[in-house]
Amino acid sequence: MGGKTVTKVAKSGLDKKTVLNFLHQMLLIRKFEDKAGELYARGKIAGFLHLYNGEEAVAVGAVSALQEHDLLITHYRDHGHAIAKGIDVKRCMAELLGKATGCVKGRGGSMHFFDMSLGMYGGWAIVAGHLPLAVGLGLASNALGKKQVTLCIFGDGATNIGYFHEALNLAKLWNVPVVFLCENNLYGMGTAVHRASAVTEMVRKADAYNIPAERVDGMDVLAVREATAKAVEHARRGDGPYFLEVLTYRFRGHSMADPILYRDKSEVDEWKQRDPIVSFRQKLEAEGLLSPQELEQIERETDELIAEAVRFAEESPDPPLTDLYEDIYADS
Amino acid sequence: MPMITYREALNQALREEMARDERVVVFGEDVVAYGGAYGVTSGLVQDFGDKRIMDTPIAEGVIGGAAVGAAMGGLRPVAELMTINFALLASDALINHAAKVHHMFGGQMSVPLVIRMVGGGGAQLASTHSQSLEAMFAHVPGLKVVTPATPADAKGLLKSAIRDDNPVLCIEHALLYRVRGEVPEGDFLVPLGKAEVKREGKDITFVAYSRMTLVALEAADRLSQEGIEAEVVDLRSLRPLDMETVLASVRKTNRAVTVEEAWRTYGIGAEVASRIQEEAFDYLDAPIQRVAGVEVPMPYAKNLEQAAIPDARRVVEAVKKLLVRTNV
Repeated sequence: MGGKTVTKVAKSGLDKKTVLNFLHQMLLIRKFEDKAGELYARGKIAGFLHLYNGEEAVAVGAVSALQEHDLLITHYRDHGHAIAKGIDVKRCMAELLGKATGCVKGRGGSMHFFDMSLGMYGGWAIVAGHLPLAVGLGLASNALGKKQVTLCIFGDGATNIGYFHEALNLAKLWNVPVVFLCENNLYGMGTAVHRASAVTEMVRKADAYNIPAERVDGMDVLAVREATAKAVEHARRGDGPYFLEVLTYRFRGHSMADPILYRDKSEVDEWKQRDPIVSFRQKLEAEGLLSPQELEQIERETDELIAEAVRFAEESPDPPLTDLYEDIYADS
Repeated sequence: MPMITYREALNQALREEMARDERVVVFGEDVVAYGGAYGVTSGLVQDFGDKRIMDTPIAEGVIGGAAVGAAMGGLRPVAELMTINFALLASDALINHAAKVHHMFGGQMSVPLVIRMVGGGGAQLASTHSQSLEAMFAHVPGLKVVTPATPADAKGLLKSAIRDDNPVLCIEHALLYRVRGEVPEGDFLVPLGKAEVKREGKDITFVAYSRMTLVALEAADRLSQEGIEAEVVDLRSLRPLDMETVLASVRKTNRAVTVEEAWRTYGIGAEVASRIQEEAFDYLDAPIQRVAGVEVPMPYAKNLEQAAIPDARRVVEAVKKLLVRTNV
């Protein structure tokens, strides 16, 4: 499967609180997604719902390498990224239920989570459409001397679109502090990567634009963290963009409407053997960093957060009808 | 008041706004050394340096998208797309992104950006370089669209566009860059969404924008020799659309002809005519006439191209057709 893996937690240089928080966040995202899937099946959530199960190590590992004022801009499978960047699961769940208390007031739904104050600059639902935006954010950081790094996450499917090539080229020409992170989960919707991309190793595409690149094991939160930290440091130093290909896998369908006819169950099962949460938990236990009591506490806390999020979302009001005409234009 | 060209007026607007606000940056194809395909950004790099004005590759998708991102990041970018025909390649960034950010993300963020481009035909550039696609963009809530017809409006509208907190498309006209006119010096602003009566008259209202405003004025002069006084309303902004000024004129003249270079079907004239009959039906003495571009891809040959673009003669003909019906 390739990609760099970090074998030992102890060698990561991270303290116990940090690594336990990784587990906490990954579990919170997994439980959020499972609950969202359940609420979708019960008709409480509408529209498209793209779940992130299996890819949690990417969001948690990569975002952990950012500073608070750094920016994250991502694709439509954005729940995990938004939660990792700090949007309260209550406001995420309320958004899925189309409530006024949602992170974007019930206007965007699943694909458009956003919180300006947290530097979560959006889920964007036109594939690769946000890559040029990341270049613009990087330009602004340079022009305003902010030393702010933008982490731009997209899928393997995005690398076949003109936007991708235009954005990487200009990012390098303008030397912007952007980390391009490709979540290669091997499928663009239901089309396997080798059927959609003439080059299946995404990391090679960065070479066309002279952007340094690395391939990382996306099932290993520590490997993602380490690689992203290096890439972020590169960008913050003023050395320009960096490219990461993170190998991962989505356990569920593309969306809730996906009957998953395009891949064998055995393939899914094989990847589930490498579940990023289970494997990280086992690693922590093996190295004596996670006691049964600590695990139980994390399980309980994350369960409670999700239960509270559902309660909050269900009890929240719908947006008022007057909201229909609000915010079409900003007041100048 | 100094007489300067439309091109110089736009350059002055950029220069003044860049001096006024260091968040204003300019980028696009060949805007630095070349000075812009139509010379609008000429000399800016000497005054502001290459951190404030930057060339891009010929890649309209990333130009549009980078403008959105730069605005999200705190700049006030002015991006040049060369022509509206190439803006089709940036239309995803403009329609799916620029127009949505403020609303879709709950009103948390605005995107103050300007996209400049040339529209219109008349320079024998054939069908892919001569289009008037402004109605496509003016269709979209969240975007603003301005179409200056005079040097003064070019300066005043561009300056207002740069100061506006929303995405504004400034659609210039290739045949207007050398047109001269009086332009106030210094901080001269033309508000967005405000039409202007460019010529007063009592018998009929012409509603036009961009270069067709000049065509309508020429037609009005010809009609004046026959004792018909046309009022010419220059929309200046297509979105927001100032119907108040149009309606006030129609209530006075009781007749209207719309004049546009773009194709008639689903066009600006169609919208204006529809709004007039919705809001001032009782004032109309005759059906509204539309003078518009002929609905064909623009041909190269000079005689064919000229036949495809409205001129004063066609406007006068439309008026006569309309007046026959109403016995004025």
